[in-house]
Amino acid sequence: MTNDEALQLMRSVLAKVAPEADLGEVAAGESLQEALDLDSFDFLTFVIGLAEGTGIEIPDRDFAKLATVEGCVAYLTSAH
Amino acid sequence: MPALGADMEAGKVVQWLVKPGDQVHRGDIVAVVETEKSTIEIEIFQNGTVDELVVPEGGRVPVGAVLAHVTAREPASVPGAAPVATTATPAGVVAREPRGRPSQTEVAPTAGRHALVESPLVRHLAERLGVDLDAVQGSGPGGSVTRADVERAASAPPKESGHTVPVGARPSSSPFARRLAGELGVDLAALRGSGPGGSIVEKDVRLAAAAARPDETTAEQGALEDRQAAMRRAIGALMARSKREIPHYYLSTTIEVSPAVSWLGEVNLDRPVTERLLLPVLLLKAAARAVRRVPEMNGFFVDGAFVPSEAVHLGVAISQRSGGVIAPAIHDVEQLSLDELMVRMRDLVTRARAGRLRSSEMSDSTIMVTNLGDLGVDSVFGVIYPPQVALVGFGRMREQPWAENGMLGVRPCVVATLSADHRASDGIRGGRFLTEIDHLLQEPGNL
Repeated sequence: MTNDEALQLMRSVLAKVAPEADLGEVAAGESLQEALDLDSFDFLTFVIGLAEGTGIEIPDRDFAKLATVEGCVAYLTSAH
Repeated sequence: MPALGADMEAGKVVQWLVKPGDQVHRGDIVAVVETEKSTIEIEIFQNGTVDELVVPEGGRVPVGAVLAHVTAREPASVPGAAPVATTATPAGVVAREPRGRPSQTEVAPTAGRHALVESPLVRHLAERLGVDLDAVQGSGPGGSVTRADVERAASAPPKESGHTVPVGARPSSSPFARRLAGELGVDLAALRGSGPGGSIVEKDVRLAAAAARPDETTAEQGALEDRQAAMRRAIGALMARSKREIPHYYLSTTIEVSPAVSWLGEVNLDRPVTERLLLPVLLLKAAARAVRRVPEMNGFFVDGAFVPSEAVHLGVAISQRSGGVIAPAIHDVEQLSLDELMVRMRDLVTRARAGRLRSSEMSDSTIMVTNLGDLGVDSVFGVIYPPQVALVGFGRMREQPWAENGMLGVRPCVVATLSADHRASDGIRGGRFLTEIDHLLQEPGNL
């Protein structure tokens, strides 16, 4: 998965979790949960969306790696 | 027009999903209604045939007004279902009965609910996902088909992509898009959606409206602001009533949650991401079970007296993205397994955010829980939702110094708070209730 594909996937998953959220307004290293007001259920739904969109099984211990935009991109692009 | 929350005075019919002559079954969603706070799907409470739609789409009527006439095929009552008028029962009477008054039928034990072959919610889900219920093997009590069964059946055929519209589902549009379309006079049927799965989103509606009427962008802005103001007024009125009428008392206790956290860690280790459990689910379940020991926290204060409720319908405060808080109910929480509760919570949060809550979820919670801690604060002392008598708050999980047996360590902790009605209980019982929640959380495997 390329950087652009990762970002595109994040955008389409976020569109379902938090329709008004704009990924463009979140700094690369900023906490997604805080920047977009996602509660733990929203964030889980977001991670599930990433897992389903890529076919990657994301274990519990990797959740912390997905906390930021850059973290998500790094994780998704290196997973395959 | 059912009362969809204690703070609702009127509602607008945004959409009818049935027409005269249609057969309806209890639990079917027949209309979409917009309140000051959200859009709600209205379920019908009995089987019958639709005779007449009294209120047209776009019509705004007070709570208690007749929405439609339905000829009943058989008498049936679903706890918590919305009162839609029937010719057999004068609708005004049904609908004007104060919601939340715990009549025997409303808080009846749940045997009836589970004895159904499939619940209305499950049937609705199946319809939405295009699942044939006759082909589904039920795993619920008495072989009944559960939500999980339907979801499994729906996901069984390999999906080509995550964005296909399920067979049999109507092309989706967000409630916000629908509302906006109504305000701007845009015909949704004529739009091509650019959202996921071809759904119509806000942008599509705005573009269509701009194309049709290039000069009226300020009108929609005004409508949005009006709605925000109406929502704040509705919340303000209910909370002011609560503070005026309910003598609140407040308690708090710090709960050490390392047993719960490590138990969750072990459980989640072997699970796929879709079946993961979250801490709030344990907190909700513990609050619901603690009610058993301290029933004075669960029920309604009506006509000058506290009426305890047998069932525990947990109202869950969910913040809405457009602003404001909505508090749908999860029914019979103490009888749900943690897994079931997790599925319900995820579903509820998703639908609350999308403005797709159902009328039966909006009316009859017996105790409220708020979990603001998820968004960062240590403790929350809530305002009780009348006619309820208690509100439990959970703050953020934090590591903190913890002294035990003369030793100091660092443990994850959550502050649990209680706002309770002094007309229904005293502080000592409230304290007992929080202590019971603490005890239950120390043995998470037994929740």
